[in-house]
Amino acid sequence: MTGVTTVESAVTALAGTPPLTAPPLAVQEAASWEPVLPGLIVLLPLLGFAINGFLALRAAAVSSAAVRSGSEWDPFAGAATPATHRLPTLVGPGVMLIAFVLALLNFIGMPDDLQEPVVRSYWSWIATGDLRIEAALQLDQLSAVMMLVVTGVGFLIHVFSVGYMKNDVGYPRYFSYLNLFVFFMLVLVMGSGYATMFVGWEGVGLCSYLLIGYWFSDREKSDAGKKAFIVNRIGDVGFLLAMFLIYQAFGTFDFGEVFAGAEGGLATGGATVTAITLLLMLGAAGKSAQVPLHVWLPDAMAGPTPVSALIHAATMVTAGVYMVARSSVLYALAPVSQAIVAGVGVLTALIAATIAIQQYDIKKVLAYSTVSQLGFMFLAAGIGAFTAAIFHLVTHAFFKALLFLGAGAVIHSMHHAAHHAERHLDEQDMRNMGGLRKYMPLTCALMWIATLAIAGIWPFAGFFSKDEIIWYTAAWAGAESNPFGALYAVYWGVALITALMTAFYMTRLMIMTFHGANRTGAAGAAHLHEAPPVMTLPLIALAALSVFGGWINVPEALQASFAGLFGALPMSEWLHHWLEPVTHAAAEIQVAGFGEAAYSAPLGGGEVTWALVSTVAAALTVAVSARLLGTRKYVAAAADSGPRAGLGRVLHDKWYFDEAYDAVIVRPLLRLSRWCWRFIDDVIIDGFVNTTAQFARLAGWIMSLFQTGQVNMYAFVLTVGVLLVLGTTVFLR
Amino acid sequence: MLTPALLLSAALFVIGTLGVIVRRNAIIIFLCIELQLNAVNLAFVALSRYTGIEGQLYVFFVMTVAAAEAAVGLAIIISIFRHYETVNVNKFNVLKW
Amino acid sequence: MTDLLASLRYEDWILHALIWLPLVGMAHVVVSSPERAKNLAFAWSSIVFVLSLGLWWGYEPGGGGFMLESSTPWIESWGVSYALGVDGISVFMVMLTTFTSAIAILGSFEYVKTRRKAFYALMLLLETGVLGVFLATDIFLFYVFFELTLVPMYFIVGIWGGERRIYAAVKFFLYTAVGSLLMLVAILYMYFGGGAGSFGYEAFLNADLSLREQLWLFAAFALAFGIKVPVFPLHTWLPDAHVEAPTPGSVILAAVLLKMGTYGFMRFLLPFFPGAAQHPTVVAVMLVLGVVGIIYAAWVAAVQPDAKKLVAYTSVAHMGFVVIGIFALTLNGLQGGMVVMISHGISTGALFLLLGMMYERRHTRLIEDFGGLGRAAPLFATAFVITALASIGLPGTSGFVGEFLALLGTFETHAVAAIVAATGVVFAAYYMLPMVQRVLFNRLDNPENRKFPDLSRREVVILAPMVALMIGIGVHPTPILERMEPSVQLVLERVEGAGATLGTASAGPSDGGPPGYVGDAGPGAQVPVPATAARED
Repeated sequence: MTGVTTVESAVTALAGTPPLTAPPLAVQEAASWEPVLPGLIVLLPLLGFAINGFLALRAAAVSSAAVRSGSEWDPFAGAATPATHRLPTLVGPGVMLIAFVLALLNFIGMPDDLQEPVVRSYWSWIATGDLRIEAALQLDQLSAVMMLVVTGVGFLIHVFSVGYMKNDVGYPRYFSYLNLFVFFMLVLVMGSGYATMFVGWEGVGLCSYLLIGYWFSDREKSDAGKKAFIVNRIGDVGFLLAMFLIYQAFGTFDFGEVFAGAEGGLATGGATVTAITLLLMLGAAGKSAQVPLHVWLPDAMAGPTPVSALIHAATMVTAGVYMVARSSVLYALAPVSQAIVAGVGVLTALIAATIAIQQYDIKKVLAYSTVSQLGFMFLAAGIGAFTAAIFHLVTHAFFKALLFLGAGAVIHSMHHAAHHAERHLDEQDMRNMGGLRKYMPLTCALMWIATLAIAGIWPFAGFFSKDEIIWYTAAWAGAESNPFGALYAVYWGVALITALMTAFYMTRLMIMTFHGANRTGAAGAAHLHEAPPVMTLPLIALAALSVFGGWINVPEALQASFAGLFGALPMSEWLHHWLEPVTHAAAEIQVAGFGEAAYSAPLGGGEVTWALVSTVAAALTVAVSARLLGTRKYVAAAADSGPRAGLGRVLHDKWYFDEAYDAVIVRPLLRLSRWCWRFIDDVIIDGFVNTTAQFARLAGWIMSLFQTGQVNMYAFVLTVGVLLVLGTTVFLR
Repeated sequence: MLTPALLLSAALFVIGTLGVIVRRNAIIIFLCIELQLNAVNLAFVALSRYTGIEGQLYVFFVMTVAAAEAAVGLAIIISIFRHYETVNVNKFNVLKW
Repeated sequence: MTDLLASLRYEDWILHALIWLPLVGMAHVVVSSPERAKNLAFAWSSIVFVLSLGLWWGYEPGGGGFMLESSTPWIESWGVSYALGVDGISVFMVMLTTFTSAIAILGSFEYVKTRRKAFYALMLLLETGVLGVFLATDIFLFYVFFELTLVPMYFIVGIWGGERRIYAAVKFFLYTAVGSLLMLVAILYMYFGGGAGSFGYEAFLNADLSLREQLWLFAAFALAFGIKVPVFPLHTWLPDAHVEAPTPGSVILAAVLLKMGTYGFMRFLLPFFPGAAQHPTVVAVMLVLGVVGIIYAAWVAAVQPDAKKLVAYTSVAHMGFVVIGIFALTLNGLQGGMVVMISHGISTGALFLLLGMMYERRHTRLIEDFGGLGRAAPLFATAFVITALASIGLPGTSGFVGEFLALLGTFETHAVAAIVAATGVVFAAYYMLPMVQRVLFNRLDNPENRKFPDLSRREVVILAPMVALMIGIGVHPTPILERMEPSVQLVLERVEGAGATLGTASAGPSDGGPPGYVGDAGPGAQVPVPATAARED
């Protein structure tokens, strides 16, 4: 709760004189603002990692000794809260709270007229020749928002984890990874250049790997971690190459210098900037699970559920969106890349939404829903609505974290039920749930809030952010000199349909989980229970954010309509103005290239009309599908193998992406590798080497035939030889 | 005077060489080698009359070497004999490939 | 620190001490008892390591030339002298050698049970040889040490190795001997035909060679060093040698011996034959071999059932980054190559130590025999994961700095090579992560692995400094980079300066390398430096 109220009060304080039309290039005397210990914000989670890591190793020493002696270590024998848990409980969430407070202080203290990011350089990281990479952090409006999300949502999820992971042996290890993740995530969003960002970029990938495979003894889970890392690395190659191009073009990795150089020195649509942005897009697609690199994210659900909430919903996967928004100037200069980014985004949104419709695993539904929502963010970033992208990133962090944590609470409860069930029970399969509302009313209510938010129903957070994306797509489709206008119109249509699909599959999830008859079985159902307060309190906080979070950016055009409660909602385009210093350069370039955005949709109608249409349509979808699905009878997972054939099966099997990759890339690569080893190395190269050696051996063997071992023979040969030599010297003189 | 001496030396050398080549007894081979050395000595001495004192000087070297060789060679033959109980060189072929 | 060193007259004796102290230690080991051999060897190598640390302060990166030089005539009539010196390129190789030698000896305490005196004597002899290679500034002396390293390594593999040790040792010896014989011919040609007149480094630098001669000599040198590196397709001795070698042998082999090849590229190949080094065909060939090495070795590594062989192949991949970094002929590329050399020495050395610890406990190296070790040996698993991550170049570890700079430098002049090589980053994950998973993760289903003891205190002492270095260099590589920079810059200037003059002096302008190289970087490149001027420095 603190998050919401303080943010709002801060915002109202700031909104006094909003720089509605920030003077574009007016050289304002940047207020000499001193950020509050930015280094400490980053350092705190690292400190937490160090402490928890040490504790984890100490605890692991005990548990491994038990493993060696043949038994299993039970930290809970004899004590309710084992000693190994006490310090991590304090340190893990503790450092997050302090970091959040510091981030908040910086956010509040940041002056409105801060046009240039404040950079704090700590040491010279890589310096050779003309290359200078500083280990530096920067603070500006964008990173301030991201820091709030990372530390704020991160803190809530840390608190939730205290309850969720309570019975886990690796408790300190879990928190050490989680802290390390936050450290790298903060480096990612606060780094002052592409190189620094890349450190965080790969660092969060590492933590994602470690946390997905947190229960590493399970082969499937460690496989999932590995897959995530490798797919991410494919994207990272794009990022790396983009950095090389950036260095070649600008001689630096520093954001400020790169963007200044790009604004002044690169023509719109040039080959260099297009290549850079496309390669960056590849990196972003890997990290943010965009088609065709989205395959790792659903598998990543193997990790503990709070991890899915933090890393694979709220923060890490949105890093790609952040990166595109950060590089807004470059993207604005490359319309082709923009169209591709938007296209990838909308395609991802659609594909993921279709898959989500046919999944039974509660976390898989949410995972595909995340992929789909990330697609929306990319659509926004692609069409140049960077604010909308960040806006959706923020609201999505709220409601998707809530959904995941809610699902975590459900799984937690189901886990206990599964222990007592008379048959094997997949605790994540929605076909085994049903009717949980009776047992977990609070979780059910909170998750309905998140569902309405993600479905885009007024006045929840998702309505404002998703509507803004869809509306901007429409608006830019009609921009007078947009070369891809028609394409944008298609994007708009697809986005609208996808939004309705979102409403449908989320309703399906809620109905299957919380409503209808319970399918857990009587023995298990007796052990279903509401989560403890340490888990529900973060849910309540996130629910509040999911309700009110959208109000930070009520579109001006809607302010006076129903959506702004006829003027009662205070925050007219606040986020837009807040991010203005970061995005205005891109906006200007875009307007210069495309002309002004049209303020009507391709099918006619203004913003208010379409906002009304979409929210009504979404509400109808929720209502109708709830009604239809509510009457449907589900059978427990054991007796059901999903849709048998047709489109349903294809969707259930995720469009066969994994199978295709396996057949086209993974297995041929393995075969090629084996062939390289067995044929090129062993047969050709070593064959040549060994043949040479065999040849020498053969020659030696032939010569050895003359070594009869008869001394007389040697003496005879010697004599003949001497005679021959003497003879030739005498007679050939 | 020179020619007969050299002829004698050559004859002795050929005898020695043939002995080394055809005989199997290690002692005899050894003695034949001595014969070769002394054939060379004879040639040295004969030639020193015309070329100077160096020829006779070399004879001493050769004699010294021959003495050392006799010592080492006989010792080797004896130890081989102890091992194989024969001095037939055809039996000593362990170094053959 | 500097004052303390000055008061010890450190500069006068350090290089000699570094080379000869291991030999003294060897003598000491030989006359002592087998029980004391390991402690003595460790003590002597530690002394050498501690002494070499002073170079961090004692070496001043000034103009980039040799420092602490000394020269005494050795075989005067041939112009051979006992000449030592250290510059920014060799100083880190020396420190890497002294460090890994001490670590490898400490790491062999449990591994080597037979003929201990001989083993430790040979390890110390090897250290002398390697340090001699890095410190010699006389080509003859260099060659002597270069060959000297073969002998102890041959015996270490051949006596204390695994089942196929004889095959591996002979293969190693012959492979490398072939290359170095060709190099010997080339050295003699330069001495007699090139008018060097002495075996001094400067004399060889100033040898007057036509482009044609340069190309031939380049080929001979490149073959010798390329086998050592090893460059694809001359690499097949390495996996065999690594698999059969005892742990300390593998550590030294990976950490130091391979570096003699890339060191040779930088120290001799580029400055001696700048015309050839800039020849577009030569550059293309070397870059292609480097890139193929990176990707091919990564693929082959990924399907190895033997963990040690896997890591051996990763060495080939890593050294590919060094090769492309060097032949990109850019400052970033060369610097990156240097950092990869250091980083690879530490991380791969540590990997071999870890594999050795696995072997000591389970007497198998097959990946499939392991699984779930993370539960039985958490400290071991932690060290293993960190080392593996450093090896695949995660940012924040030393591997990243090197690969990043090498690729960046390559991209500046040869974008296509860099783009293809960059995919090696993915393939690195493709070979390393499955191994990590199959060894440390998955179910702990083999009962023998349940008994897998965690790291002993000695093993922690071995691994801790290595892990610290991996992260330390990854976080703050600048002190290393700035110490190397003047010397690397000097190499680059020699290549570019001489290339420019060769371009104007030789028959066809196309022979001197494409004009694109000139003027890319370096102050000397703007104005073509006359031959004499370029050769004076």
